[in-house]
Amino acid sequence: MWTRRTLLATATAASLAPLGRARAAAMPGVTATSIKIGNTNPHSGPASSYGAIANAEVAFFKMVNDQGGIGGRMIDFITLDDAYSPPKTVEQTRKLVEQEGVAFLFNSLGTPTQTAVRAYLNSRKVPQLFISTGADKWADPEHFPWTMGWQPSYRTEATIYAKYIQHEKPSGRIGVLYQNDDFGKDYLLGLKDGFGAAYDRMVIKEVSYETTDPTIDSQVVTLQSSGADVLVTAATPKWAAQTIRKAAELNWKPLHFMSNVSVSVGSVLKPAGLENAAGLITGAYLKDATDKRWDNDPGMQQWRQFMAKYMPGADLTDGNHVFGYGVSVTLMQVLKQCGDDLSRANIMKQAASLDNEEVPTLLPGIRVSTSATNFHPIRAMQLQRWTGSTWDLFGDVITA
Amino acid sequence: MNARRTALWLFGAALLVAPAFLMSGYRLFQLTSMAVYAVAILGLDIVTGYTGQVSLGHGAFYAIGAYTGAILMTQFGWPYWATLPAGGAAAALVGYAVGFPALRLTGPYLALVTYALAVAVPQILRARALESWTGGAQGIVVTAPDPPAFLPLSQDAYLYLFTLAVAALLFLLARNMLSGRQLRAMIAVRDHALAAEAAGIDIARVKTRAFAVSAGITGVAGALGAIVVQFVAPDSFAATLSIALFVGLVVGGSASLPGALAGAAFVQFVPNLAETVNKSAPGVIYGVLLVAALYLMPSGVAGALRRTLPARLRTSTSPGKATPLPNKGATIHVD
Repeated sequence: MWTRRTLLATATAASLAPLGRARAAAMPGVTATSIKIGNTNPHSGPASSYGAIANAEVAFFKMVNDQGGIGGRMIDFITLDDAYSPPKTVEQTRKLVEQEGVAFLFNSLGTPTQTAVRAYLNSRKVPQLFISTGADKWADPEHFPWTMGWQPSYRTEATIYAKYIQHEKPSGRIGVLYQNDDFGKDYLLGLKDGFGAAYDRMVIKEVSYETTDPTIDSQVVTLQSSGADVLVTAATPKWAAQTIRKAAELNWKPLHFMSNVSVSVGSVLKPAGLENAAGLITGAYLKDATDKRWDNDPGMQQWRQFMAKYMPGADLTDGNHVFGYGVSVTLMQVLKQCGDDLSRANIMKQAASLDNEEVPTLLPGIRVSTSATNFHPIRAMQLQRWTGSTWDLFGDVITA
Repeated sequence: MNARRTALWLFGAALLVAPAFLMSGYRLFQLTSMAVYAVAILGLDIVTGYTGQVSLGHGAFYAIGAYTGAILMTQFGWPYWATLPAGGAAAALVGYAVGFPALRLTGPYLALVTYALAVAVPQILRARALESWTGGAQGIVVTAPDPPAFLPLSQDAYLYLFTLAVAALLFLLARNMLSGRQLRAMIAVRDHALAAEAAGIDIARVKTRAFAVSAGITGVAGALGAIVVQFVAPDSFAATLSIALFVGLVVGGSASLPGALAGAAFVQFVPNLAETVNKSAPGVIYGVLLVAALYLMPSGVAGALRRTLPARLRTSTSPGKATPLPNKGATIHVD
């Protein structure tokens, strides 16, 4: 029944609708009281241990909402399972953008999975913010201005090793063992960045391996016989363990730098022999939750309180929770800087305008900085040495 | 009766085409993916459902089709539609080769050999020797085709209709192939190989051909998938893909063409459903749903439909079980 009142109401609604739409179009995923953020992560399948990162983020945003949200808006964080399968990532990312209408994607995980959606997100101008991958290619604002990583890239890490070697062992003869794919090659590029013109003089041997090789023994022997006294190993865990073990068998004791994806006590050092690994050096940027030195650290206390209240029962030794907390704090800074303009363009602009931000779970002295041309938020690391029983931080923070 | 049949067909076609004009991009993408899975499962059905040779390695054929398509498009500048037959042919060739061990191995042994293929292919795709073509672990980014200028369609709608057309064509081809003498020979090999041989069926030929055709169809699905997803990488074709296709085949109902469609719906939508039920343990929910589906429909969706639908509504496209063999081995007419 059309009464005058319904007619009036309809007319009013119709006249207001364009206004509402205009606003929604300018700031998709954002209302006066909420902001919707999307994420894909492997919650199932072989890579599902990374799901802990997204779980920490869900808990983190719950904490933020309990404390009143950000700028009066509650955070609606949606994380979907892609099982680390690129086709699934495309589907879930499209669901988040087109169905859920998220403002942006935050800290989605995986190099192949995020490669699959990079073109889609950039063509739609949806921020693909602080993704979880160490590949260096994400920092490419010229071609992909809507994509940004967070953690130090493999290339950054290798540059830091080069800087340290140049400073501490300028006459070192360096051997490089790398996995023959983009992961391993990023390390070669990083060493070249770090050594510059001195690369050809300092690096006396580059040896690669395939993940299909049955063992890595012959590569290690080749490197030893080349006379190298410094070894940079860019290997994934299984190969890292083999390298450490083989070098010990050969009684070869180079100054050994190991890719920081392969320094887990359980999956690398124990299989290699804890004693064999003594003296191994790697780069770190996050505080280690199991390291006693952070027991009274305000940043880690803040993290522990969060864990106790919002993730009771979760594994406190799992570094993924520390990572998830750190990257979420970085995002909060971006949103704070955005103020009331939560348009996608401004979110990206603010993400690229971080100025030396402190993050409680990053090592002291490591800050987050970005600019219109620097899409590497974390460019510094501190080295740590395996003592045979623990990782021991030493020296200053080194910036790539 | 004939008019009614035509009307039914037209209605069905309209039902399939309608989403292109009614649904959003993301939903269309899901339906397109489902159509791609349906083609892949159709391929698997030919060798496993109809010929009885269990394959847990069809994800490998899918990957071969996808990579062939992606490489031809990005490095040789082939038009997207031309990559489909090429992807199918490449997969069929490999399928034919795999068909030979199938001559000696049966049941679980053959399943393991094909599974080995599924495990090996992602590794091979990462190999250095192939890297200049495959892009290694990084994979290949493919640009999806835009609709022809004269069609006022979005890219998603166009891809959906294109996939639908290819799927319809392949289902029709399969339907024609799975009839008469050939069908009976395949079913005889499945149900009683010894009797089939005694009846003069060339088992070797039936098996290797079934493998080649089956792999070829799944390969076309792979090439389609590469266009739809616009990306291929070794991680896209993990061994779990082969298992997913097998699950789709069994849940949909083996030896049934509509079953492939139902199976594809399961593969596409049930993991999402599981995730909405419980985010922290989607695998458990998926498992429960899978067991429930098999318990409630032991012969798949197609089997359940056969039992419940009145006879006159049944289509004639499910001949595997619908035309039971009279006295196994005794009265099969071959050649």
